[in-house]
Amino acid sequence: MNFLAVMGRITFGFLQAAGRLGIFAATTISHMIAPPFYFRSLIQQMMTIGYYSLPVVGLTALFTGAALALNIYEGGSRFNAESALPTIVVIGIVRELGPVLCGLIVAGRVSASMAAEIGTMRVTEQIDAMATLSTDPFKYLIAPRVVATTLMMPFMLVIVADVIGVMGGFLIATGKLGFNAGNYMSVTMDFLEIKDIYASLTKAAVFGFFISLMGCYHGYYSRGGAQGVGIATTNAVVSACMLILLSNYIVTEIFFAT
Amino acid sequence: MIDTPKISLKGLHKQFGQKIVLDSIDLDIMPGESMVIIGGSGSGKSVTLKCILGLLHPESGSIKVDGEETIGMGRKDRKRIQEKFGMLFQSAALFDSLPVWENVTFGLLAAGKIKRPDAKEIAIENLRSVGLSPDVALLSPAELSGGMQKRVGLARAIASKPEIIFFDEPTTGLDPIMADVINELIVERVKEMGVTALTITHDMSSVRKIADKVAMIYKGNIIWSGPRNDIDNSGNAYVEQFIHGRAEGPIQMEVLKA
Ligand SMILES: Nc1ncnc2c1ncn2[C@@H]1O[C@H](COP(=O)(O)OP(=O)(O)OP(=O)(O)O)[C@@H](O)[C@H]1O
Ligand SMILES: [Mg+2]
Repeated sequence: MNFLAVMGRITFGFLQAAGRLGIFAATTISHMIAPPFYFRSLIQQMMTIGYYSLPVVGLTALFTGAALALNIYEGGSRFNAESALPTIVVIGIVRELGPVLCGLIVAGRVSASMAAEIGTMRVTEQIDAMATLSTDPFKYLIAPRVVATTLMMPFMLVIVADVIGVMGGFLIATGKLGFNAGNYMSVTMDFLEIKDIYASLTKAAVFGFFISLMGCYHGYYSRGGAQGVGIATTNAVVSACMLILLSNYIVTEIFFAT
Repeated sequence: MIDTPKISLKGLHKQFGQKIVLDSIDLDIMPGESMVIIGGSGSGKSVTLKCILGLLHPESGSIKVDGEETIGMGRKDRKRIQEKFGMLFQSAALFDSLPVWENVTFGLLAAGKIKRPDAKEIAIENLRSVGLSPDVALLSPAELSGGMQKRVGLARAIASKPEIIFFDEPTTGLDPIMADVINELIVERVKEMGVTALTITHDMSSVRKIADKVAMIYKGNIIWSGPRNDIDNSGNAYVEQFIHGRAEGPIQMEVLKA
């Protein structure tokens, strides 16, 4: 009896949250495509999200590419397959590690700050105040953030992550493992397909959407002062990371499953 | 009745979870009238205002603005109705990421009523009308005292010259002289500009100064309402106790007795 009631309540709570998130996402999208647009906020968000994430994304990619090259060289040497190193590095970085690591890093940085900022505005009634000043918070706060992240992830951050990641592998391979630079580059270019790049950018855009959606959603529905904002921030980062890993699998399946 | 009330509440009911905050509120406010709501802390005064503004959604009842039912309104109509209102929030709710002048002109800029280059001038004018000097315009809200924030909030609420203004405790946190300036300002807006005003206050001198009518809210219902001059001989024990601030009487404060 009691058990059923508990299960029922959990199921009901879950459906309610899913429904609320669905409506939130639909509202966000409808505001992304319908005017008015706040270009000033959009540009500002593109700067904070794109430009200011570059150093941390670049460093992550560089060290990951380098470590990947070392691992593959050592692992490949067990069956004399060291020469596959450039191919594996470029495919590993572009298809998988570039977008996923970049997504996780940006989730930590951007989801958290969005949830904290919007959450603070919620608990201090700034969002309510905005609505009384002929401004829809979805238009002014949420749409610019989601558009900016969805654009900056593929067209700035993940491109940079891919290039720097491959370069990290290249530097280790040529500087330490004795590969010929020209040869390394030509193998890399030969094996990289346009489809890999499309997959990388698609993942980036999807991750960017989820990162900003989670940041805004948890911030928008936060309640109860500083503690509530803290909870919202944690939830935003955790749920963004989960969605990134889940959608990563789905996009990979769509592009590469045969 | 010949005139349609500016705002008409019927059977307004709002609860948070199990907790009933508004039981069944009935209230009419005529055009150009200054209504003051009094009532104990936590009796649901702020919640009533937020329901009228569409920031909270009541469980049942009717809210008419200019004879138009606003409950269940679509996004466009809701926006049109919200443009009639200005609101001073209890917590001021200034946008802390924007300087004071942008706070004051936020609604005007959002509605496209003024151009950005003119905004600072207009903000300074509005600030002057609430007794603030022009150099405040360039400060950020965090640099202001509580009373100054309140006045900036007031300047913001009246800047777009709304038809209806809500003041949620406009004079708390102000010195008596400034409180009187604010009261005068409210009277002036209402009398000279034909604005309809709904004010929440605990300050009886403010009630006497600005109210045409007074309504008292207790346990989620309006238990008494009438013209200001009747308040001293209302014959209602609750009102008597409230205006004289006595601890003994029918209103039991929820204070744990040792
Ligand atoms: N968002 C909310 N969620 C849950 N409960 C709320 C919410 N907003 C208000 N309440 C509850 O509703 C009740 C009335 O709150 P309200 O802010 O209207 O009080 P008030 O009459 O304005 O009091 P005060 O004079 O202290 O400002 C309070 O008990 C409060 O706990
Ligand atoms: Mg209140």
